[in-house]
Amino acid sequence: MDILSLFVVIPVLTITAILFLKDMKQVRVVSAIGMGVQLVLAAVLIYMYLTARHSGNTDEMLFVKDYIWYKSLNIHYAIGVDGISVAMIGLTSIVVIAGIFASWEVEYLRREFFISLILLATGVFGFFISIDLFTMFLFYELAVIPMYLLIGIWGTGPKEYSAMKLTLMLMGGSALLLLGLLGIYFNSAPGGGQLTFNILEISKITIPIAAQRIFFPLTFVGFGVLGALFPFHTWSPDGHASAPTAVSMLHAGVLMKLGGYGAFRVAIFLMPEAAKELSWIFIILTATSVVYGAFGAIVQKDLKYINAYSSVSHCGLVLFAILMMNKTAMNGAVLQMISHGLMTALFFALIGMIYGRTHTRLISEMGGLMKVIPFLSVCYVIAGLASLGLPGLSGFVAEMTIFVGAFQHPEPFYRGVTILAVSSIVITAVYILRVVAILLLGPTTNDHFTHLPDAKWYEKISVVTLIGAVAAIGLAPLWLSNMIGISLQPIVTKILAITPF
Amino acid sequence: MTNFGYTIWIPLLPFLMFLLLGLAGNKLKAKLSGLLGTAGLAVITILSYFTAYKYFFGGENAEEGFQKIQAFNTVWLNLTDKLHIDLGILLDPISVMMLVVITTVSLMVHIYSLGYMKGEKGFERFFAFLSLFSFSMLGLVVATNIFQMYIFWELVGVSSFLLIGFYYTKPSAVRASKKAFIVTRFADLGFLIGILILSFNTKTFDFITLTDPSGPAFSQSTSAAFMGLSVMTWSMIFIFMGGVGKSAMFPFHVWLPDAMEGPTPVSALIHAATMVVAGVYLVARMFPIFSLTAPVALHVVAYVGAFSSLFAAIIACTQTDIKRVLAYSTMSQIGYMMLALGVSGYGGHEGLGYMASMFHLFTHAMFKALLFLGAGAIIHAVHSNDMTDMGGLRKYLPITHMTFLIACLTIAGIPPLSGFFSKDEILAAALHSNKLLFAVEYLVAGLTAFYMFRLYFSIFWGKDTHYHHTPHEAPFTMTIPLMILAVGSIVTGFIPFNELVTSDGKPFESELELMVAIPSVLVALFGIGFAYLLYFKTNGLPDKVAGFFKYGYKWAYNKFYIDEVYIFVTKQVIFRYISTPIAWFDRHVVDATMNLIASTTQNVSFRIRDFQSGQIQKYAFVFITGAVMLAILFIYFLN
Repeated sequence: MDILSLFVVIPVLTITAILFLKDMKQVRVVSAIGMGVQLVLAAVLIYMYLTARHSGNTDEMLFVKDYIWYKSLNIHYAIGVDGISVAMIGLTSIVVIAGIFASWEVEYLRREFFISLILLATGVFGFFISIDLFTMFLFYELAVIPMYLLIGIWGTGPKEYSAMKLTLMLMGGSALLLLGLLGIYFNSAPGGGQLTFNILEISKITIPIAAQRIFFPLTFVGFGVLGALFPFHTWSPDGHASAPTAVSMLHAGVLMKLGGYGAFRVAIFLMPEAAKELSWIFIILTATSVVYGAFGAIVQKDLKYINAYSSVSHCGLVLFAILMMNKTAMNGAVLQMISHGLMTALFFALIGMIYGRTHTRLISEMGGLMKVIPFLSVCYVIAGLASLGLPGLSGFVAEMTIFVGAFQHPEPFYRGVTILAVSSIVITAVYILRVVAILLLGPTTNDHFTHLPDAKWYEKISVVTLIGAVAAIGLAPLWLSNMIGISLQPIVTKILAITPF
Repeated sequence: MTNFGYTIWIPLLPFLMFLLLGLAGNKLKAKLSGLLGTAGLAVITILSYFTAYKYFFGGENAEEGFQKIQAFNTVWLNLTDKLHIDLGILLDPISVMMLVVITTVSLMVHIYSLGYMKGEKGFERFFAFLSLFSFSMLGLVVATNIFQMYIFWELVGVSSFLLIGFYYTKPSAVRASKKAFIVTRFADLGFLIGILILSFNTKTFDFITLTDPSGPAFSQSTSAAFMGLSVMTWSMIFIFMGGVGKSAMFPFHVWLPDAMEGPTPVSALIHAATMVVAGVYLVARMFPIFSLTAPVALHVVAYVGAFSSLFAAIIACTQTDIKRVLAYSTMSQIGYMMLALGVSGYGGHEGLGYMASMFHLFTHAMFKALLFLGAGAIIHAVHSNDMTDMGGLRKYLPITHMTFLIACLTIAGIPPLSGFFSKDEILAAALHSNKLLFAVEYLVAGLTAFYMFRLYFSIFWGKDTHYHHTPHEAPFTMTIPLMILAVGSIVTGFIPFNELVTSDGKPFESELELMVAIPSVLVALFGIGFAYLLYFKTNGLPDKVAGFFKYGYKWAYNKFYIDEVYIFVTKQVIFRYISTPIAWFDRHVVDATMNLIASTTQNVSFRIRDFQSGQIQKYAFVFITGAVMLAILFIYFLN
């Protein structure tokens, strides 16, 4: 068994184990063990990957395995990783384990809850290891569908409406995506020969530009829906608001990254000519996302809405940076995905924990929580500081890489838009500090909240894991940034070939 | 030359202390954590003094002036092929001088806080934040490249935020901390944009490369222009914007007076002596570029500085909260420093303004920290910030009284105290370059003497106020720093800055210009005399004078309504006219469109579902109708 397939096999084994458990209490323990193994495995993978690179392995993808499973369409179970997917796998395993601990006290249909959660994780892991477009799409759908159940059954508020909206919008995106992928497939052998879904093989040929012009927007928007591309982001506030804690964490932390990762790996990597040509349209849309999301967050009243709009802004920055199409900006995009994944998961975890105590998410009804629940409050402040880009935490590293990279674009239009995007750092500071001031600081306004218990041990594990990762990246970003940077080389070479600058 | 490697511990030790106190602070005894923080700072103070001695008097630099020494450097993050963010230690006259300033004041404040903050809730948190601040500020001044400076620039910003909001249950403190952070963040946006433009054109962040007159920054100076100014000028103006925010120059000064909500030792350290001069330091650090390639930007610096110093001095004459008076005084004095840089040239005697600015920064740190710590001792004794609640305190607080008087005389520029020498150099530099600015600074010198002695007389003389508790002198932990700083205020004026800290590292001749010095002392004495008349004894004169200026007084008392402008912009423009409509648009247009698509789909399917009703009669009806119509079609039309 190769190491990459283990990332799919272990969750499946965990699910099987959960199915046969008799004692409900053990469900969460088994989940935690399974996902803990997954975390260790991710660490091992990172170590193995770095060792392989150190010893001079310059292949584009490492640990490649290929099994054909549907011959007439030439669909393979083809897997392999580069620095980018390794980093995303690391992110996913951290967020998943934090999510498991954050949902330690789910009572209602506990077994089904954890099964759905782990099924979702399976899809995400599978997506990141795939290098076959069809298999990738399969895992993508596998990740989206449990989301419907998780929100619809375990959610709060208008959960059926939100779940339906989220799923339908993402399915709409999938439909566009499927068209795009099939378009790539049918153009994958312009000189005649066997059509293929394999990303590595397609990247070696040039898809005819006429076809690219049609299929690039389809693919990019298809993935963009999941990456909260304006104006297809409106599933996000409702979906997050209704979702249970761990689902919000996984969704904003990991699932939205599928959009950014896919847009990069498929849309840009395979169709750089069209990307270059059409990037200005999407640059405008994503820059709008960045600023619009931040302004939208300022006046929200519900903690989850604030975070949802903030995610629109931060994820907009990911797509924005990808479209700048140079090494630094794309490196920043990947860093931003990881950074945002960690800190937004942290936010949603904390919001869930606060909600679990105060039974409200309206900031106007809370105040002065710092005095009552200092541990959670301090963590919330740290998350806020990470989000507004304080040096020493991961947000700063990612944002600065993006800004410097984007500003290297040779055309003044793109540099101008970059300055617009940069201005979001001020707006972010406004909404973060507004929430911190109202929610945590000041006198305790509500008498019911004077004796709330502070974090339990499992909550501490969940939060501390995420903060540790955020701080580690923020303090010593070099290895991660280099690991990603090396893997960006193939695509950079490809872009340089079409536009020498 | 290269054996300065140990200097890495100067910023690192406070950082470790921050981690220790921050993570384990609540497990330590409060007193122990205070002592630990203070001890850590004492160690790095000794290291800094040692470094200064070795750097300035080590004897290796005498010949060709003081060189820039990169004591340590490591890549922190690779960006493009040429751009990378490094972390390191750069030693040159100004950074070594700043090390001395920061560690001295910080150590004094640490010792003082042991007494001042005694028994406060969150004592160990306070010391953790102080350590964080010391780390950030030291990292800022020793930065080897502009991005490192930006990193620590943000970190001092957040330490300032945390310390202003130290009393986090007090709504006014929370508001003030938020305001300070957001206003400076907005200014930092300019700084960041400036860095982006600068690095795009020069392909480097490194200070040594940037400020080298044969380096890439200078070859760029004649290149592309935008709106009549070269890109270098634009980038320098943007970078200066960051300095304007941090140094509380007009129009980003609004946060500084409110920042006085923080504990008084914090005001002394951050909002008087160290962090707020970061903007001056930034301009000084980039000075060769300003001076040689972007003279327009340097003019901006001079005028912003001059205007701020006058503006703040006028407001300071009307305020009654002693910490706010001192805050406006800080703003005014920093305006002096900015002005001095703005009128300075590069190299030799031309660089008089540069030297004067650094000199004033140094002396100002001593006497302004002293003033704030003195104010802290006063507030500690009478439990009020308002000078109208005070009077006749000289009897109760003899040590505070004497040290405060020394500080007042120093800031007023009375010889032979240090403020006299540094201010004189600034005035001389202004005289040689711009008569208008020179005149403004003379006026400000008079105003400074007036408002400082207005404060002094109202607190220590004036009416004999009846106090609820008899005020008593502060404990030794507080008075010893006062005395040390008082000695500092007296003697630092004799440091030969013209031989140590100059724009190009080479010493130059500078002497006291009596033509400038004598009138400036007279102006100061006039200001003191005027304050004596008005405030030495309680009388009706102050009200009459205020009545004479009428609207002018009212405007100055209300700080020229700049705060109201800010409130209008944030509350009305941003919240009401931008954010609320965007939030509405998102819900009622974008989202509604999506819902419309969904409901249309649902409606359409509702209407066409009859096609699949499952009723055999209906199917038969449709089938027969269709067949008949087809038959008609074929028979009559297609023949």
